[in-house]
Amino acid sequence: MMIEVQNLYKKFSSSRVLNDLSLNISKGQTCVIIGRSGCGKSVLLKHIIGLLKPDQGKVLVNHKEVGVLNELELSVLRSKISMVFQGGALFDSMNVAENVGFSLIEHTHISQKKILERVEESLVLVGLGGTGNLMPSELSGGMKKRVALARAICIRPEIILYDEPTTGIDPIAADSINELIRSLHDKLKVTSIVVTHDMKSAYHIADKIAMMYKGQIILEGTPKEIRESKNPVVHQFINGLAKGPITEAVDTFK
Amino acid sequence: MFILFLIDLGRKVISFMYFLGGLTRLAVQTVFLTFKPPYKYGRIIEQAKKAGYDSFPIVSVVALFIGFIFALQTAYFMQRIGSEMYIASLVALSIVRELGPVITALVVAGRVGASNTAELGSMQVTEQIDALETLATNPVKYLVVPRFVALGVMLPILTLYANIIGILGSYFICVIKLGITSSMYMHVTFSSLLYKDLFTGLFKSLIFGMLIALISCYEGFNVEGGAAGVGKATTRSVVLTFIMIIAADCFFTALFYFIFP
Repeated sequence: MMIEVQNLYKKFSSSRVLNDLSLNISKGQTCVIIGRSGCGKSVLLKHIIGLLKPDQGKVLVNHKEVGVLNELELSVLRSKISMVFQGGALFDSMNVAENVGFSLIEHTHISQKKILERVEESLVLVGLGGTGNLMPSELSGGMKKRVALARAICIRPEIILYDEPTTGIDPIAADSINELIRSLHDKLKVTSIVVTHDMKSAYHIADKIAMMYKGQIILEGTPKEIRESKNPVVHQFINGLAKGPITEAVDTFK
Repeated sequence: MFILFLIDLGRKVISFMYFLGGLTRLAVQTVFLTFKPPYKYGRIIEQAKKAGYDSFPIVSVVALFIGFIFALQTAYFMQRIGSEMYIASLVALSIVRELGPVITALVVAGRVGASNTAELGSMQVTEQIDALETLATNPVKYLVVPRFVALGVMLPILTLYANIIGILGSYFICVIKLGITSSMYMHVTFSSLLYKDLFTGLFKSLIFGMLIALISCYEGFNVEGGAAGVGKATTRSVVLTFIMIIAADCFFTALFYFIFP
């Protein structure tokens, strides 16, 4: 499944978040979107899965415009796209197994036994086999993210959207999540979009990196191209410098 | 100063209009989705237990005390004019037509409505509602419909129960304290009550149940700003539900007065 974002605009009250943003992601590619916190990366993901509608422009998934789909068409599309939320967004009232198997329980007529097998299989894939009976409140931050990942892959999606999958967890857990994203890409051949500001993670998992700044993609390329870029904005961001064009221009984009 | 007051008032009126518009939209969606298959009875039963069954103890206590208080207050005047035997009919009519439905609705709004808003509000701020949508599940169908149906069914049942307990409370006061005979009390109670009294009371409680579910879910869905936002929304939800219950009660009481004079 390929994703095309064409001239996307989005405004929230007085703040312009997406400003003529365009991006193409090919089938099976892992694209990492980098940019400062609050620059609109998550907003872009929400447009791709149809949680938000653009003010102008369009998002095409497999040549179908997401913003104009009716509820039924959107449900069909969402059965092929999964999203891993920043905080996991696990349902507190359900245990891990019910969370992971939610889509299968709600939308299919698969037997309970088979659902449990699929759930366990997904949990093993994220390194959490045997934790099905735990409640989300009993899990650590890293475990929650991995359960969210298991929930995302349980429906065998063709696209996975990751919203800051390594934020707020320790470096070892972060690296295991990176490995997981890489192995899902290799094993399941899914198209992935990963939103992050963790450059180590970006270099590790990306086929392509796109830098988002002032509501636009200002540069895209392979991890090597990004690392060697002479663009001052990209240079400041990837090297984590306090002084540079990003911090100087912080108040001018309104 | 006066202009500032007018500006503030205008803002509040516009905000209330937004609320009414949003609530109407949610109500239309909910009614439509209630009748749209698939029907998930498990979640309705779960909500009916939370909203209805678990509310029986508090409704019992409140209804019993209302019965006691109302009998004593009525007796204070009726004894002066020598008409103690009419206490039973006055209490029965007031409880069945008015106090039973309204008090039960207010108790349930405080207990269940606040809990609904807090629960859905927490889900909203932790992106669980967005997650539901991405899992191809309509949040209104999944979260609002079971609460709407459960409260619509359970509130009339709770009201009927509150009516019986309230009348029983009054019975104890009249029979034990005021010396009215048990058979006389029961006779006066039943002879003064008509089916339409019961019907109007239960119809109102059906509307109150739906209002509690819709307002509490609407406020939960519209939470902004983390834990503080959840707190604010819960307070707002309870206050708005109380206002809407009293307004709806006033409207339907007037309507029934003219339809069934």
